[in-house]
Amino acid sequence: MSKSRTIYDKIWDDHLINTNEDGTSLIYIDRHLVHEVTSPQAFEGLRMTNRKVRCPDKTLAVVDHNVPTTDRKNGIADEESRIQVEALSKNCKEFGVEYFNELDIRQGIVHVVGPEQGFTLPGTTICCGDSHTSTHGAFGALAHGIGTSEVEHILATQTLIQRKAKNLKVNVGGTAPDGVTAKDIILSIIGEIGAGGGTGSVIEYSGKAISDLTMEGRMTVCNMSIEGGARAGLIGPDEKTFAYIKDRPRAPKGDDFIKAVTYWDSLNSDRDAFFDREVYLDAASLPPVVTWGTSPEDVVSINGEVPDPDVITDENRKESKKSALEYMDLKPGTKIKDIKLDVIFIGSCTNGRIEDLREVAKVVEGQHVNENLNAIIVPGSGLVKEQAISEGLDKIFMAAGFEWREPGCSMCLAMNPDKLTPGQRCASTSNRNFEGRQGFRGRTHLVSPAMAAAAAIAGRFVDIREFAK
Amino acid sequence: MDKFKNLTAVAASLPEINIDTDKIIPKQYLKTIERTGLGKGLFSELRYNDDGTENKNFVLNKPQYKNAKILVAGDNFGCGSSREHAPWALLDYGIKVVISTSFADIFYNNCFKNGMLPIILDEKEVSMLMEETERGSNATLTVDLENQEITRSDGDKINFKIDKFLKHCLLNGLDDIALTLEKNKDIESYEQDLRNQRPWL
Ligand code: SF4
Repeated sequence: MSKSRTIYDKIWDDHLINTNEDGTSLIYIDRHLVHEVTSPQAFEGLRMTNRKVRCPDKTLAVVDHNVPTTDRKNGIADEESRIQVEALSKNCKEFGVEYFNELDIRQGIVHVVGPEQGFTLPGTTICCGDSHTSTHGAFGALAHGIGTSEVEHILATQTLIQRKAKNLKVNVGGTAPDGVTAKDIILSIIGEIGAGGGTGSVIEYSGKAISDLTMEGRMTVCNMSIEGGARAGLIGPDEKTFAYIKDRPRAPKGDDFIKAVTYWDSLNSDRDAFFDREVYLDAASLPPVVTWGTSPEDVVSINGEVPDPDVITDENRKESKKSALEYMDLKPGTKIKDIKLDVIFIGSCTNGRIEDLREVAKVVEGQHVNENLNAIIVPGSGLVKEQAISEGLDKIFMAAGFEWREPGCSMCLAMNPDKLTPGQRCASTSNRNFEGRQGFRGRTHLVSPAMAAAAAIAGRFVDIREFAK
Repeated sequence: MDKFKNLTAVAASLPEINIDTDKIIPKQYLKTIERTGLGKGLFSELRYNDDGTENKNFVLNKPQYKNAKILVAGDNFGCGSSREHAPWALLDYGIKVVISTSFADIFYNNCFKNGMLPIILDEKEVSMLMEETERGSNATLTVDLENQEITRSDGDKINFKIDKFLKHCLLNGLDDIALTLEKNKDIESYEQDLRNQRPWL
């Protein structure tokens, strides 16, 4: 195998068990994350066929989607949610899988927990019954979401049947201006390639603006690969990656760590590796952005206005965008800065990490949330919460009038009690603005944590670059 | 898993693009620990009015599409989450074939695990079929997986492509796990190498 290869090619080759003549391959899965929503039917399948979990030590379970974010010492009031959570607990016990329950300090959103525990490592294959598994690609891991049948397949065999995807390179050059964050970069990329632009591909993000990002910023970028339709997103590992992993509970120790780093270092794409397609963006020219519609591709600059669908020539597309505007109750030509908000949600696996919370604290310190809206902050994990408290961020948030909650997915998808009511408009740091995503008839605008924080104070969207002055 | 060989049924169309999994099955239905019974939640926000009655304007509620088993949909169908509840809901409702110009990867895969057939056609063919569905129950399509062809109500045929392995599994209703476990020796020898080459894992 002397050919030049991308990082995706290399990880793929190192996990290939065999390939059929038609190209379907069996690949080995190093890490399997499990949560309560997409796993019950998989465990049930194992039980019905008398199968075991092949590698419990390569499997980690945590509860996140359904848990309430208010005090949960007294259990979960919603009966269906409680049953799902109890099912996970029971399944993990029965099949010998390690499980962080809702009272465990290590509990949190599955994609925050994996990296935090050092469970996520470069050069591994990582799967979870959740599309935002792409987050872990920030470490140079091949990580993707799977359906419940595939969850069962991995539990039983530690392998997955896959066909190789295409290589798509997204190069983001230049230096991002102040106020332009990882979230603005990834939203701009999706605006550029479209919600289906990455279908059938694995994206490798590269360029100066990407290597400049912290590990947390890289996770934000890779997290939303799926919003661009890609199966996974990857960033080549470097010193920042290794430093982040070192000394985490599940990370390799001592000699093993040194050996691992040598291997991880060898994974970066070869200089002349072949990509099926390349896209280039200049970070220096990017503004902070906001989504206006019901697809993450509906991206516009904070200084822009709601676009006019009538200029679209494709009929189906035009109709879709028109109905998005109707759903969002927006008129073409409305200035983004004139859009008033009812709710601010800061959290999720996209932007619920400690650096996100620090950004928010910087913006809101000494200020107060606009009297016309509710603002909640939901840390991505118990450990993120603990860290924030140790830095006094919780006091800043509460003094500013934010609700400060327990960790979980919360209003990112509103499976727990945190929901928008019909017609409410929310600036959210999460990843999806689909109809009803944050609550029936709720309206979602996706933004960075700093932009959400500034909007919380102003009651409408503001340009963080002016706000900070 | 149920086999899929062929199907003759009424087709309904949803021309919107980017129909996401939240639209196919909203999250309030995801709290189940079963695979069945999700049909009632399929497209629920489009299908029902606020008071719970049926929205007469939604295509699947129109009498001529009541028995539709085929859906012709806009580009990038099934985007969004990995929830297999999306194909489970379609299947439980009775839809076994979805035709579009493109599908989200995970949704596409999930269909095959449940005996459903997603078909990718080009734009011209999809809009032709959408037009045909306007004729309601007079527009039955026949989907023949073995020969990879769709026969329209006037007898015209459209061919479609499909991966050989996926076709084989669907035609024979094969269970992936059982197939993979036949390769257990290969998996074991891979694990042996892994312990030597990457002992930290
Ligand atoms: S935070 Fe949102 S996107 Fe992330 S895993 Fe939870 S529900 Fe999914």
